[in-house]
Amino acid sequence: MTDPSAPSAQRVIDEARARDVRSRWLLSAPALAIIFFAAIGPLFVVLIYSFMQKGDYGDVKPWTFSTDGWFNVLFERDLFDDTLGLAWANLVIFWRSVKLSVITTVVTLLLGFPTAYFISTRPEHRRDLWLFLITIPFWTNLLIRTFAIQEVVRNEGIVNSALIGLGLIHEPIQIMFTDTAILLGMVYVYLPLMVLPLYASMEKIDFRLVEAGYDLYATRFAVLRRIIIPLVKPGIVAGSILVFIPSLGAYVTPKLLGGGKNMMLGNLIELQFGQGRNWPLGSALSIFLMIIVMAALLVYVRNASDSGGRHG
Amino acid sequence: MAEPFSIRRQPGFTTIAILCFALLYLPIATLVFYAFNAGISVAVWEGFSLRWFQEAMANERVQEAAWHSFIIATVAALVSTIVATMAALATTRTDPYPGLTFKYAFINQPLMVPEIVTAVALLIVFSRVKMWTGYTGLGYLMAAHTGFCIPFAYLPIRARLENMDLTLERAAADLYATPWATFRRVTLPLLWPGILAGMMLAFVISLDDVVITEFVKSAGQETLPTYMLGQLKRAVTPEMNAISTVFLLLSVVIVTVFFFINRKKT
Repeated sequence: MTDPSAPSAQRVIDEARARDVRSRWLLSAPALAIIFFAAIGPLFVVLIYSFMQKGDYGDVKPWTFSTDGWFNVLFERDLFDDTLGLAWANLVIFWRSVKLSVITTVVTLLLGFPTAYFISTRPEHRRDLWLFLITIPFWTNLLIRTFAIQEVVRNEGIVNSALIGLGLIHEPIQIMFTDTAILLGMVYVYLPLMVLPLYASMEKIDFRLVEAGYDLYATRFAVLRRIIIPLVKPGIVAGSILVFIPSLGAYVTPKLLGGGKNMMLGNLIELQFGQGRNWPLGSALSIFLMIIVMAALLVYVRNASDSGGRHG
Repeated sequence: MAEPFSIRRQPGFTTIAILCFALLYLPIATLVFYAFNAGISVAVWEGFSLRWFQEAMANERVQEAAWHSFIIATVAALVSTIVATMAALATTRTDPYPGLTFKYAFINQPLMVPEIVTAVALLIVFSRVKMWTGYTGLGYLMAAHTGFCIPFAYLPIRARLENMDLTLERAAADLYATPWATFRRVTLPLLWPGILAGMMLAFVISLDDVVITEFVKSAGQETLPTYMLGQLKRAVTPEMNAISTVFLLLSVVIVTVFFFINRKKT
């Protein structure tokens, strides 16, 4: 005989489970709350601000709807005759941001790939040390690394001093405040971000496959192209995304090395919240940047799940 | 015949790798080198001296900025590690439950948004709050730093937890330990290396931040990185090299300790 009022075993289990889930929500609540207030919530405010009218002295006019912010991302009205034109200044900056980020990604890949390969083919007990040598610059303050590059490329810096000393040039080459300086800086700063994920996937290479390739008379280049590169493709994609995203949003490096004229997207956004006094435009540009980044991440997730399915 | 055929070799790779290491370290090495310059130039060597370290140390603005950096990083690291530990306990060693994926995405969100976007978002919100409350202290920077430090603290703690099974905790519960006693006597000691690693990571991340700090800080509220950013836009003296060198040394020490904590685990 069972007592109908007694809870069934299943119900006891269900209740215990519900209690467990509840306490797990409670336990994670503080972290979620802080991230909501100090990160995610403010992003929604940026979205709202991008649809408001700009205030006369910065900020916005509260509760006024306007699409001017988004409109001004690509277009501008002529100051005198009110005709519509493309906002060339912005377009030049977008182009520079994309161009420099792509080149940075390609150069770090070309440099990082052999470096990661070198580390992954060291004897096992030494790999940690080499990896450590990559990690140290990675954890060094970004500002210090940018400062270091600034010292290298300045007119009185070591590159120019060395070239003059060797008698190759007489006048220093102007590198500071050019796109080249920004490029050098970004490559320098983001190289570890390329090497680390590349290494993570190279470490797992099964060299029996490489050996099989050589047994079948493959050349070194064929082995690289047909065996190694396909095997480490997830690492290549991860590294490229990890370099491309911060490059696109770079702020400190172009500010210090590019000067006021060679702005990138991050500096354009800052300008709108400073001298530009156009917060809606700045907000729209921020959302615009975020959309590009999200798209890049989506490509990465797609790719990761694809290759995961094929190899794993 | 030269050396034996190695299947691991790729022509030119070693050269490029060595070149990369040299390129990574040469600029930093030069920077450190000129910190010890006796002259005022950061490019012409005039003999060894510690004068710029002394000047940096005596500079009141540097002292203040260093103090701000330290206090903000300490608070951010402590708070973010505590809440990240709680969150990690809540999101590991369980069957999937509704909202679990949402929590992962939520906690890792600060990693996915470009810093400059978070920076202007906080500028907008905090400038309003500053107007409403009249409070302009370091609290805003502490809150902002705690926010973006949480995912960094969370990752190593979660990784550590996922490698710990529940056997010992169940044994403790079988021996009539209360949940709190189990946590304090079993879980916490086992989890400690992860927590320590998370805390150090958070501390370094907070200490290094420039962009978000630059936008959130109130007037005159410099941290070491924002002070340096301001100085670097002008002509620099080896004092900057000296500050950078000390900063660098600090990061290297923390990263080295982190490296060894993580290595012992595996």
